[in-house]
Formats: sequence, structure tokens, C-alpha cells
Amino acid sequence: MAKADFEVPELKEYIEVPEIVEGTMAHSKPFYAAPQHNTDLGFPGELVDNWQEKALEKMDDLRKRYRSFQVYLDSCVKCGACTDKCHYFLGTSDPKNMPVARQDLLRKVYRRYFTLPGKYFPNLVGAVDLTKDVLDEWYSYYHQCSQCRRCSVFCPYGIDTAEISMAAREIMDSVGVGQKYCNEIIAKVFKIGNNLGLPGPALADTLEGLEEDVFDDTGVAVKYPLDKKGVDILLITPSADFFAEPHVDGLIGYGKVFHEAGVSWTLSSKASEAANFGMFIGSYENMRRVSLRIREAALELGVKRIVFGECGHAWRVAYSFLNTLAGPFDFLDPNYPVPQHICEFTYDLLQKNALTLDKSENDDMTLTFHDSCNVARATRMGDKPGGQFEIPRAVIKAVCNNYVDMHHETIGEKTFCCGGGGGLLTDDLMEVRVKGAMPRMTALNNVIQDEGVTHMAAICAICKSQFTKVLPYYGMDMDQIVSVHQLVSNAIQLTRKTEPETPGEVEGAEAASETDTDAEE
Amino acid sequence: MSFLTIVYALLFYAATAILTLGLAYRIAVFAKTPAPLKIPTTPAPVTRTGVVLRLFREVAFFESLFKGSKWTWIFSWMFHLGLLLVLVRHVRYFVDPVPMPLVLIQPFGVYAGFAMVAGLAGLWARRFLVDRVRYISAPSDHLMLLLLLLIGFSGLMMKFVSHTDIVMVKQFFRGLIEFDWHNLPLDFPLIVHLTLVATLMIIFPFSKLLHAPGVFFSPTRNQVDNPREKRHIARWAKKLEE
Repeated sequence: MAKADFEVPELKEYIEVPEIVEGTMAHSKPFYAAPQHNTDLGFPGELVDNWQEKALEKMDDLRKRYRSFQVYLDSCVKCGACTDKCHYFLGTSDPKNMPVARQDLLRKVYRRYFTLPGKYFPNLVGAVDLTKDVLDEWYSYYHQCSQCRRCSVFCPYGIDTAEISMAAREIMDSVGVGQKYCNEIIAKVFKIGNNLGLPGPALADTLEGLEEDVFDDTGVAVKYPLDKKGVDILLITPSADFFAEPHVDGLIGYGKVFHEAGVSWTLSSKASEAANFGMFIGSYENMRRVSLRIREAALELGVKRIVFGECGHAWRVAYSFLNTLAGPFDFLDPNYPVPQHICEFTYDLLQKNALTLDKSENDDMTLTFHDSCNVARATRMGDKPGGQFEIPRAVIKAVCNNYVDMHHETIGEKTFCCGGGGGLLTDDLMEVRVKGAMPRMTALNNVIQDEGVTHMAAICAICKSQFTKVLPYYGMDMDQIVSVHQLVSNAIQLTRKTEPETPGEVEGAEAASETDTDAEE
Repeated sequence: MSFLTIVYALLFYAATAILTLGLAYRIAVFAKTPAPLKIPTTPAPVTRTGVVLRLFREVAFFESLFKGSKWTWIFSWMFHLGLLLVLVRHVRYFVDPVPMPLVLIQPFGVYAGFAMVAGLAGLWARRFLVDRVRYISAPSDHLMLLLLLLIGFSGLMMKFVSHTDIVMVKQFFRGLIEFDWHNLPLDFPLIVHLTLVATLMIIFPFSKLLHAPGVFFSPTRNQVDNPREKRHIARWAKKLEE
């Protein structure tokens, strides 16, 4: 079991709602961004002198630009329906981790400066001045929200704490209080192309290594192309897929699926990152700038389709926002959704029996599936609502014999976040990450004990990294978390011996593209 | 014309103006503020009709609250449904002759008052009994429930304990509408009732009662889930592209 200098929650049979204990997580805060990281993103380097005035100006600006922010600040009735829904509250007992209380940290300042009752009767409505203490509290608690949207499912007005957290982070950034993890990473994306700062040549090396590994393993020359022009598909995948475990096994799987589908594809060194941390910090401008790389890469490479790899928040930005931020994508093939998820791609092939699979290759495992929060509650797959739950499960069940779902209150739209989303996947927030994972760990532990589950599959780079790190704190093995396309990779039988060079040139590719019409039309 | 009648006539003109203009202003603000991104909480409807149904379920049955907390759902549904019937029943004090549907709901409307008060009592009890809800309650949250409870109590008092001259009350309100003022009866429960109702009307546009229009403008509930099919872009965001 991993060592911790804090108390790791004990896993019980049920996820218990704790009694509130004030201030248990007041000490938690991530490292501040260095001035350079803030200025790279267009924010002031350090806390500006007139920060109070600037912060209120920004709040006013945001409430005029975002209906969600204005409506959610005004509409909460404090009914309490959300109070026991946040994994961070369940894991820490800190009342400020209850969604409504987290929102109120900002709402009480909004009331003080922007509403009549708050101006004249602050004590009556719980309005407070914007002081340095309040700003510090924002920094602490708005970095204990993974923007997972679980609270928004249960709110009678659909109030989404993620919207408030994003606004709070944007306000803080605008006065020079940035978070190191997010801002440093976004700057890396602008400068190098991905979150990990992996430059093009290193990426090419890595992919070449993968090709060798897959060849040694299967005897088939499956290609993992980079910056190849004129191909069908541009694959955008989280950079963790290039080397982290179990992510890379998923990437190997995507390559095998493309190979078997007979489509030509490429990665891009310019857009070598699916994740878009611009969303985490609530910055439309940064989110847009990150997204435009994908558009540029698609145009430069002359592809016909864009497919996204396994990544949760990335799929949210891709599915829900990409068309807004970097569209219209009228230069791509209109027969396919833009963008498409790799699970949708694989699922379509399954519907057409286009893959040869040997499920017994995964017989050493009994699987369960963790619905990643942003895929579950902020996106869709396929053409029906809820496809985001059914399609990944259909893919898993097509390649595995042993599959069990976790408790129904902990999956689907009610899924618990892994604890590391929304810009919290950094070692300086390990305590809140471990404690916030408690609800998921409880549900997982139950199916391990009762149903003999050995592994949990996920389709999000953050979930995979988070569980790799957090599972050992709960006495489980770090390799019990697997990629969905790792399972596909294990089961897929490579029947196609040559790789299609460019679409139409190879006989197989033509045949495949004929069968590869999409269910989404 | 009694002094009290003049005061209450003016009070109700003012309260009505503040309620309607205030609410219209707040709704206009909600409506004109752009929603730059598609953020429906999914799974979400993929058609406009689907969204209408989703909002209907939310408003009529409190679908999300039902998922969230059964106790809060029971009490708040009881309160809101009771309030709706009570309000509809009260229309008889403003229109003449009283239309048939209002005559028919009259017996239910009376008992709806009890449901309303019971629901409010349940909601208030939660603010004391559940530590999480106690923590998030500001004084105004308690006072709002007290205000509504007193309105309910004073109304029930007039119906079941100390009758007021309801014909006179109706003449008073008809008079306000027709600008032909009539005297208001001087009954304690009635004066309490009317004062509190006017207070509620006045604070409505400045309080959390804005949840009533708010729910219709909530992007997580009112957006169609079709971002890939149809490009969604706000005017201010469009400017970034120029």
C-alpha cells in the first residue's frame, strides 16, 4: 500500500455520507504558477495591485458573456440536493466541498457587489466583501473541483458547479493568480504541441519504437504514422498515450483497429495533444487557441476525418466545443461526424463484423468499466442519447468474455469522477486526489470482492493516470486500470498483412472504405 | 375611503409594478446573455421537442430533484403544487363572474393550502435537522420559508378560524383593477396576509425566487445536444474569428 502523510479513507460496504467537519481541506492548494506561465497565456504574471477591482470587473464581464454564470449565480435556492453528491465532499467531509457551498464562495461576493440585498443587507443574505482571505479560499476550494458535473445531474435548476469553478479560475488568472499545473501545460501546448512537451522528433522515435514492438509481437507491420499528408484520418490523442501505461497499450490498439479497417491515418506533431486545459481554467480564448491547432493540422495534412483517442475532458471539448471553437469543418468528409470518437469508430466496425476478434485473449481478466465524468455528462457517442455509456461497453463486451458493471448508482450519468480531473492531476494535490477517489474505489472494491473483478477499463488519460497513482493507496494494484483499446488490441486478430499507403491505391483500402460507412449519418 | 385602504391600494400597485417590471428586467438579462458553449448535462435530448419535454418534466415533476433527494422532493413538490392550486383558486377574487373551472377546483384549492404549509414545514425542518443543509442556510433562507409559512397560515386562518368579509376583499381588488377603489375590511389576519403577500411580490425579483424563471434559461437543461451537427457560436465569440 502506498504511503501517505494524510489519512486514506477506509473503504466501507456503502458510500456513506459523512457528517460535516469544517476546514479539513482548508490547507489544500496547488502550486502557484510562475509569472512566466501566466504571461504566456496572456494573464498578469503576479497578483496585480488593484486585484480586487480587476476581479470584480472580470466577474461582471463573465456574467455578461456566460448565461450559465449569471443564471446559476441567481437561481440557487440552497435546497441541498447537491450537498452529498460531490466525491470530494464524500471523501473529505469538508462542507466547502459540497457543490452549493463551493459555489457560494463566489456567489456571496457576487451578491455583495452586484445585487441590491447584498449591497444593503449583506448579513441577511450571506454576502461578503472580496478580501485576500476570500481569494485564498477560492484558490484552495476551486482547485478541489474536478468539473465533473455530477452535481448538475441532481440540481433542480441544472446548476453546474463546473461553470462556477471555471469562472472562478478565470477571475483568478485575470488578476495574476494562476495554477502552475494547468498554466504551465497550456504554455507547453502552444510552444511544443502537447502537454508533455514531447517535441516532434521524440514523438517520431516513440512511434517507430511502437511499430517495432507491435511487429515483434504480431509479425504484422502495423504503422503509427506521424505528419503523413493526404491520409483519411487525423488521430488526435492525449500525449500520455505516447508512453504512459496503460495509455500506450490503447494507442497500440487504435493503430491495430485502423490497420484492420484498411483506412489510412496519421498523428500530427503540431496537434499532438487531445487534452485542452483551456477548459479547466475557464478561458474561452485559450481553449480556442488550443483547438485551432487541430483545425490547422487537419488542413495542412489534408485529411478527410478527425478521430479522437481515449480522453475524457478532451472528448468534451472535442464533441461539444470543437465545432464552435474551430469550426466549421466543411472541408472534411460530411459523411462522418466531426470529430468522431475512437470507440464510435471501432463500434461501427463491430456492427459490420469487420474485425476478427478472439475474446479469449482477455480471459485472464474480469472487467468493469469506469464511466469518465466528462464523457458521461458532457458528451455523447453515436446518434442516441446515452450512446456514451452503451458504445464503450459494447466494445468491451465484444472483446472480453468477463464483464460486470459496478453499482448502478455509481455509473452512467451518476458516475463518480476518478478524483483527478479538471486540472487536479498533479502531485501537489495528492491528498484531495486520493480522498476524492474514495467513492469510485468503494464501488470498485465491491465488484472485486463480490464479482471477482480483476481490472477496470477507462477511456480517459486522466482517469488512467489518476488510478495508476491512487489504486495503491487503497491496497489495490496500479495495473488494475486498463485502456479500452488495450482490450481491443489484445483480442484483435490481424488479418491484413499490408498497410494501405494512401486511400484508393491499395485494393484492400478501397474495399474497406466502402464498408466503412457510418451509422451516424 | 379609509386611510388603510389607500395605503394598501398604493402598496399593491407598487408591489405589482416591482414584481412585473423587476421580473421582466431579470428575464431580459437572462435572455440576452449569450450562452457561448453547448453545455447540456448529458444524456440530453437531441431535438427541440425533446428539450421542451425535458423542461416540462423538470418544471412539473422536479425530475432532477427526484434523483437528488427524495425528502426534499416530497416536501417541495407538495409545497409548489399546493401553491399552484392556491394561486389558481385566488383568481376568483379578481375576476367576475367566476369561470366554471375555478368553481370546480375550489374544494381542492382549500386543502392545497394545508399541503403547502406542510411542505414548507418539511423544507424548513431540513434546514435544522440535516447538518449539510443547516450549514448552507443563510438567514434569508430561513426568513423566506417563514414568510411563505405565515402567508399560508394567515390564509388558512381566514378560511377556517376567523372569516373575513371576502366579498369586500373582492370589491377592493376589483376596484384596484378598475381604478374604482373600495374599502378593505379591517381584519387582522387579512392585513397580515396582504402585507406578507405584497412583501413577497416586492422581494421576488431580488431574491433566490428567481429560480422560477432561471430554470427555463439554464443551459444544462434547455440546450439541444447537437454540437457536431449544428455549429453553435455566440456573437462575442464570432468576433474573435474576424
